[in-house]
Amino acid sequence: MDVQTHSGNLFMNTATMAYRNLLKTVHNPDRFMDVIIQPVMFMLMFGYLFGGAIAGGVQAYLPTIVPGILMQTMLSAASGSGAQIREDLDSGVFDRFKSLPMAHVAPLAGQLFADSLRLLMATVASLTTGYLMGWRPAVGFGWVVAIAGLAIVTGWALSWLFALLGLLAKSAGAVQSVSLMTMLVLSFMSNAFVPLKSLTKPLQFIAHLNPVTYVITAIRQILATGSWTHEALLVLGVDLIIVVIFAPLAVWAYDRN
Amino acid sequence: MTTKNAIEVSHLTKKFGKKLAVDDVSFNVRQGEVFGLLGPNGAGKTTTLRMLTTLLKADAGQVKIFGHDTVKEGRLARSLFGLTGQYAVVDEDISARQNLMIFARLNGLSRPDAKQRTTELLHEFSLENSADKALKDFSGGMRRRLDLAVSLITRPALIFLDEPTTGLDPRTRTQMWDTIRHLVQQGSTIVLTTQYLDEADQLADNLAIIDHGKLVKTGTPAELKQQIGGTRLNFTVDRSTQVGAAVKLVAAQVADAVQQTGQQLSVRLTQMAQAAPILTALNQAKITISQLAVQEPSLDDVFLNLTVGKN
Repeated sequence: MDVQTHSGNLFMNTATMAYRNLLKTVHNPDRFMDVIIQPVMFMLMFGYLFGGAIAGGVQAYLPTIVPGILMQTMLSAASGSGAQIREDLDSGVFDRFKSLPMAHVAPLAGQLFADSLRLLMATVASLTTGYLMGWRPAVGFGWVVAIAGLAIVTGWALSWLFALLGLLAKSAGAVQSVSLMTMLVLSFMSNAFVPLKSLTKPLQFIAHLNPVTYVITAIRQILATGSWTHEALLVLGVDLIIVVIFAPLAVWAYDRN
Repeated sequence: MTTKNAIEVSHLTKKFGKKLAVDDVSFNVRQGEVFGLLGPNGAGKTTTLRMLTTLLKADAGQVKIFGHDTVKEGRLARSLFGLTGQYAVVDEDISARQNLMIFARLNGLSRPDAKQRTTELLHEFSLENSADKALKDFSGGMRRRLDLAVSLITRPALIFLDEPTTGLDPRTRTQMWDTIRHLVQQGSTIVLTTQYLDEADQLADNLAIIDHGKLVKTGTPAELKQQIGGTRLNFTVDRSTQVGAAVKLVAAQVADAVQQTGQQLSVRLTQMAQAAPILTALNQAKITISQLAVQEPSLDDVFLNLTVGKN
């Protein structure tokens, strides 16, 4: 008896691969750590710990810290995709995918699609915690959705960068440590937690070079003014450039592997 | 009925840096047979298999699977075979059923078909009771079974098995052999690599022995064994004072030299009938012997004879 098959298309294959990644997440609750527990924990910890010292109170600190933690979470969720890809490659399961008659980039595309859902979860976790702590942006819900979108797009663009890193690295351990360092440096050497004015000149210089600073500034501006600013458009433009450059590179590295 | 070739390999070559991993290898695999690739570690078995299964690009040469070039018609060729790698490559984090479903969908089965095929395979490989458990709790044998089940989703006419029983306990190994034989009965062609010579002897219709990237010999297990040398007669002389006399007596009966290790003698027979005069002569000379054994040539002899150590 023959089994009826039809050559799957890129969309269907990608959907199946994304489903696989989500199943893995569901079966492995520790994968939720970085997208749910970490933002909640950091939001509470940093909010109550530094609120008084930096802004004179938790309530006054929330407009600063909510975008800050949001971006930190995006960075850490994005960096997770690199380690995940490396793990898959090491387990040999990608070899099997490659020997199947399916769209060649589907495993990669599926991973990145599943990542966008992880980013969404992380965003909801961050913003909800902020709300419960008393964060009430004056501009209304629509603009909150807009900044959530901006953060997710940025996180997704960064996932491609970390995916490339995962594809090129030697081991999942190496990816994890490099990702962690990158995440820490990029999130702390920015305006995520402290006003730039409070920094020494050299640190201010570094923070100005840090792309994370621009994303956070863009988010704060939108929440303050209730309109798209130049900064926000710039961030979207840079996200697009990152994807245009790093997506083909990641596909190339994937094919080479 | 004409036998067609399932695989045609011609002048396959792969270099890693300056090292020739696979050196101008050519062979054919006939439809419906079990073809064994034998060789020591690092001989190029897996590299060859990876090129046959389109996972690795060859530097030169051609592979045709059921007449389709694996480079020019890669996707079509891939749809014609199933691959089970050296290590069970299934997702640890998800259940057996989910693994089968995902791979069925990736193989292009519609959702209802995928569901039905999954149920069939779970039954066929006796995995129904653990179908929804996470694979973390699976034994090595269960993992291998699931792994094989995954590669059989589309009922491919050609199945590649890379060291299918490495690391399995004897009972699970026998089960795996039965599964493989069952597949052959259903008409599948199987290419397997193995380090276990008894496995090759048990299963393979044809063998190719690879060493240092080169194909050193092909043939049926029986042919290979015959070429390497016939039956051996082994026995131990009970009294050490009689060993010298025994060697002389035996040497008079056979063409080959007698091998002596302490009180143990071993000699090659060109035919079984030579055994009787030797034993009679020993008896007449009142030389008592023990641990008499007639040893058929094994693939081990063939293997050791044809492959040379790396050092």
